[in-house]
Amino acid sequence: EEDKYAVYSNLLFKYFLAEGVVCGHDLFVASAMEPPDNILKKLPAPLLDDTHRNELREEATPAKSEDSQDSMKIAWRYENLPKMEASPTTSTKFGHYYDISKTMSPELLQSVKRHSFYLPEELSLMPKLKTWNMNCGYASLLHSIQKVICQEGFDGSHPQKKQKNILRIGIQSMGSLLWGDDICSSDTPEDIHSLTKFLYVLRGLLRKSLSACIITVPSHLIQNKAIMERVTNLSDMVVGLESFIGSERETNPLYKDYQGLLHVHQIPRLNSLICDVSDTKDLAFRLKRKQFTIERLHLPPDLSDTVSRSSKQDLAESAKLLSSGCGAMAIGKKHLDF
Amino acid sequence: QGKFTLLRDTRTDGSFLVHHFLSFYLRAGCKVCFVALLQSFSHYNIVAQKLGVSLTAARERGQLVFLEGLKSCLDLLFGEKEPSGEPSPLQFLSTSNLKALFDFVRTSLTPAEGDSWQGPVLLVDDLSVLLSLGASPVAVLDFIHYCRVVVCSQLQGNIVVLVHSGEDGADEENELLGTALGHHSDLILWAEGLATGFCKDIHGEIKIIKRLSLQSTEQDVVQVYQYKIQERNVTFFARGLSAAVL
Repeated sequence: EEDKYAVYSNLLFKYFLAEGVVCGHDLFVASAMEPPDNILKKLPAPLLDDTHRNELREEATPAKSEDSQDSMKIAWRYENLPKMEASPTTSTKFGHYYDISKTMSPELLQSVKRHSFYLPEELSLMPKLKTWNMNCGYASLLHSIQKVICQEGFDGSHPQKKQKNILRIGIQSMGSLLWGDDICSSDTPEDIHSLTKFLYVLRGLLRKSLSACIITVPSHLIQNKAIMERVTNLSDMVVGLESFIGSERETNPLYKDYQGLLHVHQIPRLNSLICDVSDTKDLAFRLKRKQFTIERLHLPPDLSDTVSRSSKQDLAESAKLLSSGCGAMAIGKKHLDF
Repeated sequence: QGKFTLLRDTRTDGSFLVHHFLSFYLRAGCKVCFVALLQSFSHYNIVAQKLGVSLTAARERGQLVFLEGLKSCLDLLFGEKEPSGEPSPLQFLSTSNLKALFDFVRTSLTPAEGDSWQGPVLLVDDLSVLLSLGASPVAVLDFIHYCRVVVCSQLQGNIVVLVHSGEDGADEENELLGTALGHHSDLILWAEGLATGFCKDIHGEIKIIKRLSLQSTEQDVVQVYQYKIQERNVTFFARGLSAAVL
């Protein structure tokens, strides 16, 4: 769920894609407003020290050499790729750190395969497909995603391909007027089912392939609350960002170090009766010059006039990169340094 | 036999009830038709294995008819045209008519030659998804009504459906569905998240409403328990008597 001016949600969106580049995943970026290539040009640069960078360069070359003998090197690469089976494996090393004051180098970006869907271009190319009374922007996006999944073999349709990879899909501002949907702009929208139908098919596609997806939705603009309830029901993970810009909380001394709150509305409960719920539900985020941090928010004891707060700096917990996921990339439970 | 059970969940995930009924009826030897709209087959299979039942085996021996909504909608949208001409059960996605889904249920549960299963059961997870996919509440209620006539009255089987509500209960169509079905249910199991918010040791509260008789004005029997979900099990206890408190 986007914050009011989509400042922070776009940041998280870029982190998701950047992580994909660093892990070597394929990317699929869809947007109706900004050309995907522009979005990709502004990804944050990863904080790689020298030894790390050398390893990456080594990895890029021996892709064709024997796979069984170089098990150590290849295993390193695959350590971060989740398997699409029974229990999600929590890899010990997870995630990378980024410096948002710098942009990712074009060479690093070129190292992964990128697919894009830019609505104004696609609509002019494809004739209007009316599928299931769904908005044609959404319908053509679905066809585009399905084509990539099928052609690149993410659904297991090319068993002869030795290296399996993950497709990271990012879709910006779904439900907004730019996609041709009026749920954000009208009190009584003409078609309230397009977005939910789209999400259902997307869920099916994600479940059947090695992919993960993040979608940002300007939910604060949707008047009909039933729609967001249905969207939440159809998603695996739902996170809402509430920024303090322009609200009375901006001046509240309690929140003086933070730029906004992070609400976790839903976490994935897959392949199990229970889910791993964290202890705390009060999370706030802070944007520093180089980093975006999410911290536990707790009220300090009300001892004096000045409010002092101790923020715990816990280690990042492994986010679950499940092979099927709608909604935001899993955010760590306690404190996550990007 | 011939009972209609309504599962409801508000502010929490009541799917553990669905998993329970699925493994319960399979273990009892009933023929089950599971309309699984929300999750994939492997998800239900993995959880069922934890509860001691194998869905793949049940499907192979014909005891379980599994409609995997997520997969079928992909076949419908991206697949080639069916040569056999049989309409897909998810036809309503394009026509808003749930008849094909009902026909699917009817053919699955009507006993065939040589069937020796205990009794037919229809399980739906979850009905609220039908609303998200464009069906009107009246269409869904009609669909359930037709299913009741066939499954409960004619075949003396049982039906269990789940209706999921979100945080605020803002989905009026959904609430309408839940209330209407509640009036006709023999048993209602209503799982709710705690009103005071999240708690690690108590995942929620469950209200069990048993209809003694749909005709007379006898009071329904209402029981309330709190529960905690574990890896393979759910423990129930009286309110305030959670193991963490005692």
